[in-house]
Amino acid sequence: MKTKPLDLPVLALHRVPMLATTAEYSLEMKGETLIVHPCGRWTIEEAGQLDGRLAKEVSKLTYRHVDYDMSRVEELDTSGAYLLARAIRYGVTEAESWNVCTGSQGQKTLMSAATSAVLGQEPVAGRQWYDAFARVGQATLRFWNELVETMAFLGHFFVVFAKVLVKPKRLRGKAIVSLIEQVGLDAAPIVMTLSFFIGAVIAYMGANLLASFGASVFMVDLVGFSVLRELAVIITAILLAGRSDSAFTASIGSMKMRQEIDAMTVMGLDTYEVLVVPRAIACLVAMPILTFLAMMSGLAGGLIVAWATADISPILFLNRLNYAVGVENMWVGLVKTPFFGLIIAVIGCRQGLAVSGSVESLGQRTTTAVVQAIFAVIFVNAMFAILFYQLGI
Amino acid sequence: MPDAHINSDAPPMEARGILTQFGPNVIHENLDFMVHTGEIVGLVGGSGSGKSVLLNTMLGLKEPEGGVVRYFGQNRDELDPETRRAINNEMGVLFQGGALFSSMTVRENIMVPMREHTDISPALMRELADMKIHMVGLPPESAILYPSDLSGGMKKRAGLARALALDPKLLFLDEPTAGLDPIGANAFDELILGLREAMDLTVLMVTHDLDSLYAICDRIAVLVDKRIAIADSLAVVSEYDHPWVQEYFGGPRSRAALSAGGKKSD
Repeated sequence: MKTKPLDLPVLALHRVPMLATTAEYSLEMKGETLIVHPCGRWTIEEAGQLDGRLAKEVSKLTYRHVDYDMSRVEELDTSGAYLLARAIRYGVTEAESWNVCTGSQGQKTLMSAATSAVLGQEPVAGRQWYDAFARVGQATLRFWNELVETMAFLGHFFVVFAKVLVKPKRLRGKAIVSLIEQVGLDAAPIVMTLSFFIGAVIAYMGANLLASFGASVFMVDLVGFSVLRELAVIITAILLAGRSDSAFTASIGSMKMRQEIDAMTVMGLDTYEVLVVPRAIACLVAMPILTFLAMMSGLAGGLIVAWATADISPILFLNRLNYAVGVENMWVGLVKTPFFGLIIAVIGCRQGLAVSGSVESLGQRTTTAVVQAIFAVIFVNAMFAILFYQLGI
Repeated sequence: MPDAHINSDAPPMEARGILTQFGPNVIHENLDFMVHTGEIVGLVGGSGSGKSVLLNTMLGLKEPEGGVVRYFGQNRDELDPETRRAINNEMGVLFQGGALFSSMTVRENIMVPMREHTDISPALMRELADMKIHMVGLPPESAILYPSDLSGGMKKRAGLARALALDPKLLFLDEPTAGLDPIGANAFDELILGLREAMDLTVLMVTHDLDSLYAICDRIAVLVDKRIAIADSLAVVSEYDHPWVQEYFGGPRSRAALSAGGKKSD
């Protein structure tokens, strides 16, 4: 055994290129001691090919001590040390002691770090087969909790809102005006453009369908009813839900993440009063105005298409609109808007305040806010439709 | 073999004549700085003196307006992509807040660089990640926790574990002990010292923590007047004749830390 180190220089000379690129090892049994002779570069680049080999080989051997002879190791890193340290654990019985007989101080320290990791506690298992069921259960619970919490939020909001209305001094004028600009004015162009095209498309559909039985003029009724009663309102509400809800959730959520909300609470500011009420008021004000603009541009879209395709002059269009549709249909549309505005604001703010520490939850909550708001808007709109039908409006 | 291009004997990081400016605002001018193999260098400087910018420049996150950065003796701008990648793997960074990926567990965070740059099996990757977790002194259960479940000190440790994932030769630490309590900060200092010994690390740390400057840094580099005015051992730097340096090392906090550090080394 003692001749082995003597052979080494010759061996190394012969195999310089090999040794420079790979990691190898040889094992030697001496009584109850296993001697591991690693050589070459025991680094993470070699870990792939070394993985499992040493552990497999030692699993047939019985020994109580492990000695490491590091004299031929060119480079050792934590991965290499970890793989070497496996020899301690994976024998027929776990080795009682280990030692680095030749090697630098650094290698010894590295090996002791590695062995303590190998001998350390088994880490907890990550996933179980029943996790899928647990997730379904959690999702169901979460859905229910969301509903309850949104209702609780709404209640809390109304209490604070009523308090603020009694003491209008506590309204934050500047914040409200700036929010109305963001929610309302900035959204006006896109809302009007979309609504214009929707009105135009409805008119085209009418032109095709109604012309076949010579009732082209009824396309005015079609455009008027659909735009005024439903489409302008829904388009505006959905757009606001997508545009402003995401903004509300993201801004309040990032405030929550940076502990600004906590700072407010500690300073005695009511987050509902500071954050939620101004947004709600902004939406309450902006939503009817935006809807009105959407109605007008929707009608304009219909008017232009009617003029271009069915030779219905603008005068005739407006006359017919006034006679057949009437202004009350506009009120039917507009009366729904404050509800939608409130829904949008409350859902956006609630999701924002529900953001937890992680970046991921911010994204999740923003998505949830938009989805919930659009769902709620369409649902409530359907309720209104039923209500109006029953009332005969 | 990517490593064939890296000359481990050359200084791991060297900056020569660095010029950094944002518009008309010059941050660094004619800045020279070098880190030698195996040492721990502390980088100090006043707030707004451009420490973080310098760190970003040395990491390659920001290109300087002038001057060259050399890694292991090679000019960064002239490196071929393969060598650049190999050199990048030789560098680990601990960002100030840990910069852990919040959608992944601690273990997955540590596995990211391994998965990207090596071909080892997922099982071994997991074991190596757990070993790194063990090495930085985190409990084994933290492997499956998400960053949002960790305390500030644990996040730093987890960030360090990720920085060490590929066994870098050069470790950058951005304010490693900021926001830690004294016990945690001390433990972190000890950890860095231990890891340097075990893994042959060269460490560059930006810090304001005088205790760790005194306790573990071999050299202290002072960034004043848009350049590294002096980079030497504590004894030499504290004698350096510059008002800011005098105030920094002569202040009450510094004296307290110095006497504490002196006691510890006895």
